Amino acid sequence: MRAIHWLAVLPFLGLIVGPFFVDRVQPFILGLPLLLAWIVAWVVLTSIIMAVIFVLDPAARDDAPQAPPPGASRSGAAR
Amino acid sequence: MNAALVFIAAAALLALCLGVLARRGRDMDLEQWAVGGRGFGTIFVFLLLAGEIYTTFTFLGGSGYAYGKGGPAYYILAYGTLAYVISYFMLPPIWRYAQQNRLYSQSDFFVRKYDSPALGVIVSLVGLVALVPYLVLQLKGLGIIVETASYGAISRTLAIWIGAAVVTAYVMVSGVHASAWTSVAKDILILAVVLFLGIYLPIHYYGGIGAMFAAIEHAKPGFLALPSQGESIWWFASTVLLTALGFYMWPHTFGSIYTAKRAGVFRQNAIVLPLYQLILLFVFFVGFAAILQVPGLKGPDIDLALFRLSAKTFDPWVVGLVGAAGVLTALVPGSMILMAAGTLLANNLVRAAAQRGTDDPRTARLAKAFVPVVALVAVWFTLQGGETIVALLLMGYSFVTQLFPALVLSLARHNPATRAGAAAGILAGVATVAYVSLTHTTIRTLLPWLPDGLKDFNVGIIALIVNVVVLAVVSLATRSLASGERTEGMPHAQARR
Repeated sequence: MRAIHWLAVLPFLGLIVGPFFVDRVQPFILGLPLLLAWIVAWVVLTSIIMAVIFVLDPAARDDAPQAPPPGASRSGAAR
Repeated sequence: MNAALVFIAAAALLALCLGVLARRGRDMDLEQWAVGGRGFGTIFVFLLLAGEIYTTFTFLGGSGYAYGKGGPAYYILAYGTLAYVISYFMLPPIWRYAQQNRLYSQSDFFVRKYDSPALGVIVSLVGLVALVPYLVLQLKGLGIIVETASYGAISRTLAIWIGAAVVTAYVMVSGVHASAWTSVAKDILILAVVLFLGIYLPIHYYGGIGAMFAAIEHAKPGFLALPSQGESIWWFASTVLLTALGFYMWPHTFGSIYTAKRAGVFRQNAIVLPLYQLILLFVFFVGFAAILQVPGLKGPDIDLALFRLSAKTFDPWVVGLVGAAGVLTALVPGSMILMAAGTLLANNLVRAAAQRGTDDPRTARLAKAFVPVVALVAVWFTLQGGETIVALLLMGYSFVTQLFPALVLSLARHNPATRAGAAAGILAGVATVAYVSLTHTTIRTLLPWLPDGLKDFNVGIIALIVNVVVLAVVSLATRSLASGERTEGMPHAQARR
């Protein structure tokens, strides 16, 4: 597992462990009950975290369709 | 004929037309019908995967849960988000393997990875047992929506028959292409309806979203957080984890992975889908708005909260529009379920039984022929009614989650699980789920000496633990047996004893 992938642990901490500490209605945050505001904040953060991983992840570049593995001659795929 | 009925009929007609036209001169062989020729780009895959967010279960159930239970409803937002995090890592290798091996169904994946058609049969049966109640739930929701939104002009039974007929017709013609095109219409309509209701209703009745929550807290203190017992914080944490793992284990969701053109689609979607899911927040707002406006709904009736409040607030044509969106939330997942079930039956049960005697064109014809059969079975169960359906659905979710350990391990470079281990783990997990669900066992009754918090654990966790333990033990046993045979007669191995 690449180091950058470990960032993906954060949403699990935020959404499974975090609620133990914010399981309250008050104070309201932007009008939302505290627990709901926490979860919504983590949904947004998760999206940002996944974007950061995506940008820094070498594996994501491997997904590019026209990238034959080095040394492999795939005449069929190259048409 | 009232104004609402026009919109509902238009939605059904639109779905039928889009669904049938989705074929557009394509030759519907198994490759096109089941996995869209593996040519869907980001948008279609996005819509198919997002389709899971807005089923009738979330549309009616999400608002109903917020209305009836309050805080526990938030779990829906949390588990979807975590499922998308998992998808970033899990879906690309699954897709790549399916692409290389030309797989059609979820069961095919297990068959190929574990080199065992028998395991494919087990996985198919687990999938089918989980899919049918899921389809029943969609049809049931459809019946409720049409009956309520048409102000009783169309009975529940008639609506269910019409809905099932429409979806069967276009699935047989266009397969997954139909699901993709109808989900375009569904997502546009549902987005508009949910945003409108979720913003308008709190402002109309309370003067704003903050004011609404303050009023609810005043009337029912603590309702907007988790209760201290039952669906407590421990229930929340364990349920979020369990359902996040099970999210992609549904055969129809798994099958939609295969439709992608390239692996990068999933990684991009993992960024956008959590945000897209936030629209569920507005579904919750509708349910919360209903608490003080249409009080008194109890038991299964909490699912009616959204429509009761809409009917109280708006003219019939708006209710019809809401109903039209609701109809599409039932038809799209319904079509994916029918297709997945048809493929499992034809490809993994019949073809496996016939050994090599069945070719692709024949399997394709058979898969399509199974669609009306599955639809009829689902309609029959739907009309039977009863609360057992909900029990079956919860069981279904726990069932498919049992496929997770064997699947995830098979993605490792050296799979530690053996064929026998995977099969035994799945069977043990499923048996535990069935026993626990049918006897209504909870951790509270099973292990009464545990501290209070742990008693609220989702009981599905136990099944998953049983599954993993059995998988590990049987894998170790079969592996050492196999390596024991291999090392027999080797002097070193014997000398060591």
